[in-house]
Amino acid sequence: MANPTVVLEFEKPIVELEKKILEMREFAQGESIELTREIESLERKLDKLTREIYSGLSRWQRVQLARHPRRPYTLDYIEHLTEGFVELHGDRGFADDKAVVCGPAFFRGRKVMIIGQQKGRDTKTKLYRNFGMMHPEGYRKALRMMKLAEKFDLPVLIFIDTPGAFPGLGAEERGQAEAIAKNIKEMARLRVPIVISIIGEGASGGALGIGVGDVILMMENSWYSVISPEGCAAILWRDSAKAPDAAEALRLASGDLLQLNVIDSIVPEPSGGAHRDHKGAAETLGAAIEEVLGSLLGLSTEDLLQRRLEKFRNMGVFYHA
Amino acid sequence: MVEWFHKSTEGLISQTKKDIPEGLWTKCPECGEVIYIKALEKNLNTCGQCNYHFKLASTEYIRLILDDGKLETYDTGLISGDPLEFKDSKKYPDRIRMAQKSTGQNDAVLSGIGRIEGKEISFAIMDFSFIGGSMGSVVGEMIARTIERATMRRIPLVIVSCSGGARMQEGILSLMQMAKTSALLARFDEVHKPFISVLTNPTTAGVMASYASLGDVIVAEPKALLGFAGKRVIQQTIGAELPPGFQSSEFFLEHGFLDKIVHRRDLKGTISVLIDYFNQS
Ligand SMILES: [Zn+2]
Repeated sequence: MANPTVVLEFEKPIVELEKKILEMREFAQGESIELTREIESLERKLDKLTREIYSGLSRWQRVQLARHPRRPYTLDYIEHLTEGFVELHGDRGFADDKAVVCGPAFFRGRKVMIIGQQKGRDTKTKLYRNFGMMHPEGYRKALRMMKLAEKFDLPVLIFIDTPGAFPGLGAEERGQAEAIAKNIKEMARLRVPIVISIIGEGASGGALGIGVGDVILMMENSWYSVISPEGCAAILWRDSAKAPDAAEALRLASGDLLQLNVIDSIVPEPSGGAHRDHKGAAETLGAAIEEVLGSLLGLSTEDLLQRRLEKFRNMGVFYHA
Repeated sequence: MVEWFHKSTEGLISQTKKDIPEGLWTKCPECGEVIYIKALEKNLNTCGQCNYHFKLASTEYIRLILDDGKLETYDTGLISGDPLEFKDSKKYPDRIRMAQKSTGQNDAVLSGIGRIEGKEISFAIMDFSFIGGSMGSVVGEMIARTIERATMRRIPLVIVSCSGGARMQEGILSLMQMAKTSALLARFDEVHKPFISVLTNPTTAGVMASYASLGDVIVAEPKALLGFAGKRVIQQTIGAELPPGFQSSEFFLEHGFLDKIVHRRDLKGTISVLIDYFNQS
């Protein structure tokens, strides 16, 4: 699964060891017991090395993993987790925003509505998907699909992966702020369960605009914050090269968010990161979604909405003087 | 995102009278008119020439909008925590303390119960002089409680916004204040009382993308900066100059995201009439 053309700095020792094992395998072809033992020992070493490197990642390294060009995107999760997905387009007002993908599907035997931000992998699809940055019509399309889900009683599964809402002329003209604000409010009272999964990048209002729900799951190596590390560095340190420092200061990693009570649980990624095993990553996330969805479906609508309100009502840290 | 760090003090008429030496003149940043400070103050800090609205202290707004200039304040003892132990050029708690000292407020909101032409309302006003009016846990909580008071007492809600957006120093928790406040507005809808959102210069980013945009009626002062993304970021993204008047109140009105532009002197009257129209007894 590892793509040799895209190797992050801290992944290099792992990739080099993998290459060495591969070479030895080719050379040995099962002939020498000596070599087989050597290979087995190297594989154990690889396993240990991978675990060591990935357990001690800095927040900035996790940001890089969240942005890894081979990372599974919404459509990959749809492929691995659902059957019969029918993509539905457009906001019925202005356009079809390709940075967000929506439609009904079967998830483990259950009808659901899928809404997810989508990035592209090569130059052409990156542009087509606008790098996963939604316009107001994208938020309105997402809301239309949520209302559709509410009307026909389908739970909503949301996948978040965006570097931010698109900062452009047209986006402002068409009310980016209003679109996000309205979604947040409407999601707070949508009468069906909403399960949010942060699968890559969760940047600010661009993420929150489809980010209000009953349970918030977060892939181990994804990030979620009020601003991107680069944006924060540019404002506070006046130097976007200070992004690694900003990533630390913002505490944007999954472990931080669990500690701050913003997310409900962390979904562990396959050894070496989700980009090395899409199917494995989807399997773990799918199991987590299935579990929470099962318990949410057991609640009455009133309880569901009350719990959702209280969840966000209680966020924040302050004291009385 | 919050751009208050880059804001020059130009156009920032200070919040307290003692900062302005007697007999000083100032220049309107919009039309260049040189204005005698006393005349400016008499004119509610607006330019008589072009209608530009200079900043006005939140205490002055209270005097302007509420009967007898009286607000029964609530929640003035809430102080922000430092969940991220955030430090840039200053430690976050030090930044808070400095802002408290210079403004005399606990954070960037004053809130409570007041009256407009006899009608009881739940009221909140943001203050830009407190860390750019940015929204952290305390701002979010005070706005949340303001909405809850309106809901519980079944009275109209008026929020005067002035903010650069979310407060970065509180990271993800500041983002979550958008969800907290907006979710409570969904609940407030159930009591069928009007929410009048008043936008002043500037109202942008996280505040604009939550409660400020969710009024039953949204009014703004003339020529205020209103929008989601920062101008600099947009410029970098599109690689072109922005058209004149971009992200102003007039731009918002033109594109259909504002009900009305209201001169500061007419704010109280306009809010009062709107409440009368929509308030069911
Ligand atoms: Zn002027």
